[in-house]
Amino acid sequence: MKENRRPAMREAAIAALALIVVLAIPFVHRSPAFEDFVIRLSAMALFATSLNLLVGNTGMVSFGHGLFYGLGAYAFALMMQMTELSLPVAAVLAVLFTAVAALCVGAICVRLSTDYFAFITLAFQMLIYSVIISWQSLTGGDQGLRGGLPRREIFGFELASQLHLYQFCAVVAVIGLLALRHISASPFGQTLRMIRDNDSRTSFLGVVLWRARLWAFTIAGSFAGLGGVLAALFVSGAYPELADWPNSGQAIFAVMLGGINSFLGPLLGAAILLALNDLLARTTEYQGLVLGIVVLIFAVGLRRGVLDFLRRAWPSSLR
Amino acid sequence: MDLNALGACFATSACVVTQTTSGLIVGMLLFLVAAGVTLIFGVLKVVNFAHGTFYMLGGYVAYTALGVTGSYAVAVLAGALSMAAFGVAFERALISRVYGSNVLMQLLICYAVVLIFDDLVKIIWGPEFHAMGMPPAFQVPPLFIAGGVVPPFYAVLIGIAALIAVILGLGLSMTRLGKTVRAAAINAQMVSALGVNTTLLFTIVFAIGGGLAGLAGALAAPVRSLSPGMGFSVLIESFIVTVIGGMGSIPGALVSALLIGLVRGFGTIGFPQFTDGLIYIVMIAILLLRPQGLFGRRL
Repeated sequence: MKENRRPAMREAAIAALALIVVLAIPFVHRSPAFEDFVIRLSAMALFATSLNLLVGNTGMVSFGHGLFYGLGAYAFALMMQMTELSLPVAAVLAVLFTAVAALCVGAICVRLSTDYFAFITLAFQMLIYSVIISWQSLTGGDQGLRGGLPRREIFGFELASQLHLYQFCAVVAVIGLLALRHISASPFGQTLRMIRDNDSRTSFLGVVLWRARLWAFTIAGSFAGLGGVLAALFVSGAYPELADWPNSGQAIFAVMLGGINSFLGPLLGAAILLALNDLLARTTEYQGLVLGIVVLIFAVGLRRGVLDFLRRAWPSSLR
Repeated sequence: MDLNALGACFATSACVVTQTTSGLIVGMLLFLVAAGVTLIFGVLKVVNFAHGTFYMLGGYVAYTALGVTGSYAVAVLAGALSMAAFGVAFERALISRVYGSNVLMQLLICYAVVLIFDDLVKIIWGPEFHAMGMPPAFQVPPLFIAGGVVPPFYAVLIGIAALIAVILGLGLSMTRLGKTVRAAAINAQMVSALGVNTTLLFTIVFAIGGGLAGLAGALAAPVRSLSPGMGFSVLIESFIVTVIGGMGSIPGALVSALLIGLVRGFGTIGFPQFTDGLIYIVMIAILLLRPQGLFGRRL
């Protein structure tokens, strides 16, 4: 557990450095495709990393995490369209709304054992998905929320501009990931890993299992909601696909491809997956076929995510 | 939501019969798929996310076999047997590599297979919908039961699925293989230590599960259209059935498949926009009351 003794200052410095590099790139070279990629990656990275707080840290395999991603996107887009709230206020309220939803869903789910937990989270996701599809007057049904988001500027940023949206998403994502990193390195995060490794022993030590799991579920749901807010900004609206099952599948893919035991694994996995999807969309009609084969090679060949594989291959070079 | 329509339906025997029949068909087909899922989970502790693909491929193979031979019976057999073989290949080539490892690795492999075969179906059979059409032998006037219309094919379908349910139930409780399978579901290591070839047993279980899904796909092909993504909704529903019934329990799968079928049959009248949502609510409600499912062992 050497990594957990790293001072928080160092992580903040690494995050700040990464942020500076990302923010500097457009000033050196403008590439709309790259900026697009980073905007989508920021949403997906928050989504996948928050899922890994459940899967990798706590050992809770949720199949329905996309629920909170979709809820965040819809809550934010609806608030922007229906009220005069400023963007940061709407974003915070959307995340709070997702947190409350995660608390309610989690209260029902967290007492179930692994397999049943996976399926009941999936059932909740499909339930909300059918609500989104059938509540046409509010959500626009399967067409999604159209009409775009009102372009309110914040702190001099105009989010209709790609460059400003890029900067905004990068800042939100880096701060969000840093917060998640702190949570996972905190004593609470240690407790979650203890639950994953041996829940009955953790229980004997006085930890109330369901309460810790519910906290983890709520926190993970909130950060997925934040990712959903960024996704809503990118598509300028919200679509039922954001809350659909394949989206949860993508997040699980990202987590697995990158590595569940490395904090940055889901980020790397999300980048690999997005890049692969983009590449395949341009080169072949049969994306699923190629993606499936690549995933099979990862799963059968590496048997773990990329970062986990590298850490095992060269334990000394990577913590 | 249209509760008046639902009330009116319950008041007429014709509507009750029609909806019950359509519910039973959905339920029986679901049972065939879910029985495979629950059997594979019970014995191998693998959640087979590729099971919907077996169902889809079974339907497509039957479609082609019918086109070639013109015999629906041959088509159904081809669908079931080819998927039993596919199950063996899938288990040997992929799943056997990740026994006992991370559940997520199994999920990843299964999902990759789903993606690959959805696209392969597009390449082989085209992306458009295919309608298999009613086999000629069943193009006869429908039966009338208490005023409700029941096409003979529906009755045969329900009969075949019920027969399979009985064979499966008796096979598991009476035959030597069935007893071994049940023993392996409780403690596979012990069964292996007693000299049973569990590797072979696991493969057989996968063959049976795959065969049942292929059979369901072939039987469903005349009443539902074939499309590349069709396995997915069946997969989700068969998982719901498995979970409600209690994972690993065949009687549980039967009861909950019929329950889901009937909820669907009558739900389309009372909640036409929200039939899917209704099923998830049933699942959540049951899991709240009995977290291990209706017939599940306490985990």
